[in-house]
Amino acid sequence: MNEVLLRSLTPSVLGILVRRGADFAAAEDAVQDALVEAVRVWPDDPPRDAKGWLVTVAWRRFLDATRAETARRRREDLVDEEPAPGPAPASDDTLQLYFLCAHPKLTPSSAVALTLRAVGGLTTRQIARAYLVPEATMAQRISRAKRTVSDVRFDQPGDVATVLRVLYLVFNEGYSGDVDLAAEAIRLTRQLAAAIDHPEVAGLLALMLLHHARRAARTAPDGSLVPLAEQDRGRWDTTLIAEGVTILQVALARDRLGEFQAQAAIAALHADPPTAEETDWVQIVEWYDELVGLTDSPIVRLNRAVAVGEADGPRAGLATLAVLEDSLPRYTAVAAYLHERDGDLKTAARLYAEAALKAPSLAERDHLTRQAARLNARRSR
Amino acid sequence: MAKYLLLKHYRGAPAAVNDVPMDQWAPEEITAHIQYMNDFAARLEKTGEFVDSQALSPEGTFVRYDGEGRPPVTDGPFAETKDVIAGWMVIDVDSYERAVELAGELSAAPGAGGRPIHEWLELRPFLGVHSTVTDTECAFK
Repeated sequence: MNEVLLRSLTPSVLGILVRRGADFAAAEDAVQDALVEAVRVWPDDPPRDAKGWLVTVAWRRFLDATRAETARRRREDLVDEEPAPGPAPASDDTLQLYFLCAHPKLTPSSAVALTLRAVGGLTTRQIARAYLVPEATMAQRISRAKRTVSDVRFDQPGDVATVLRVLYLVFNEGYSGDVDLAAEAIRLTRQLAAAIDHPEVAGLLALMLLHHARRAARTAPDGSLVPLAEQDRGRWDTTLIAEGVTILQVALARDRLGEFQAQAAIAALHADPPTAEETDWVQIVEWYDELVGLTDSPIVRLNRAVAVGEADGPRAGLATLAVLEDSLPRYTAVAAYLHERDGDLKTAARLYAEAALKAPSLAERDHLTRQAARLNARRSR
Repeated sequence: MAKYLLLKHYRGAPAAVNDVPMDQWAPEEITAHIQYMNDFAARLEKTGEFVDSQALSPEGTFVRYDGEGRPPVTDGPFAETKDVIAGWMVIDVDSYERAVELAGELSAAPGAGGRPIHEWLELRPFLGVHSTVTDTECAFK
């Protein structure tokens, strides 16, 4: 049995329970129970209708739990009202679940946890392991999140942008534990793209695919970072790149540009050329200009300085950098790089070492330390 | 979502406002202090922000490799060591501001006279995972 296939049924099964009148929190628990039961029973006794089986078992679990809470009257009302298990509006339900789990009342970490469980069908243990926190903590985070949205009506329209931010967070976390969060984020974004026609959903999906395509080449066997220009492009997944580019082109043709489409366009320009030297930096700068217009983010301006350094030379890049706040994350790393390109190895080495102390991740710190060491070794030769 | 370490020092942190050694507190003040710490951890577990909490013995041993085929050399404890860690709590929170808020609450644990200790706690961010989308990828050549 394919676990991912099983989990892909989660949102529609959950949606059916909620439409039958179950409250979201209890329905979500019942669906989790049904998923666990499916993993146990299906290998020996596979059902003919997987979704129907899950709905039946989850509904029974929900009723049992409700009875256990001595809400007998409510249960009987529900049984009386139980609709025939006919076809349900699965994609609408799926979309509503995304909105609910990314509701603006939730903090980012609780929205992420709730999305992974209620939409993704992951267990609390899997989510806890992926984020390196105790299972009890994650269980509390999820039940708190459920309480936070308990008074939100299921059919209330939501904002796609908040959902996209949650999926983006999941994707960026990479992977630890037995769950590949990047792959899970892609799966959830694909599912969202099937439920709603929106150019930014397509843009985010394209962005994820284009980055995921390069994953194998991004780290050396020892775990160290391999910068874009040094990556073995033969290890890039060309199928994913082609898919990402196609999705992006369709989205861009609709002329409703958003930040994810613009980011994906930049990723596509990096993924396209056969060698790093052939990268079209002039076009990349143009896309950064679009992004600055869309987001006005200082981080985007910092990245733009790198692109300017490539398109118009390191001096131009440094001039672009000079007007930005030097407290920006990775500012010093960018400055080091541009000074190296400009031939000032002494300054570059000092800045790389300084940037290493401010690096947000171990891999990045080690990488920057190596850059400083490489330049220092070259200068002392 | 970021993890932070709240470090508590036996020695090495700036002096607390209510700076009375614990062995000079009233027994019930010690009980109240411990209760506060336990309640704090339990509350963070409920908010889904607790990761770990441990206390350390004040005395430790320094150990180092002494060459092939030889047992490691041990030394210490050194009375003059300036920085002595008493224990830690690891939290997983949405922002730096939240981490500061929680550290402030922990520092308010009651001490002598039942008044807050105002102890200095050291807040250290964990180095995170390397994010998948690093737009400055090109900067790390």
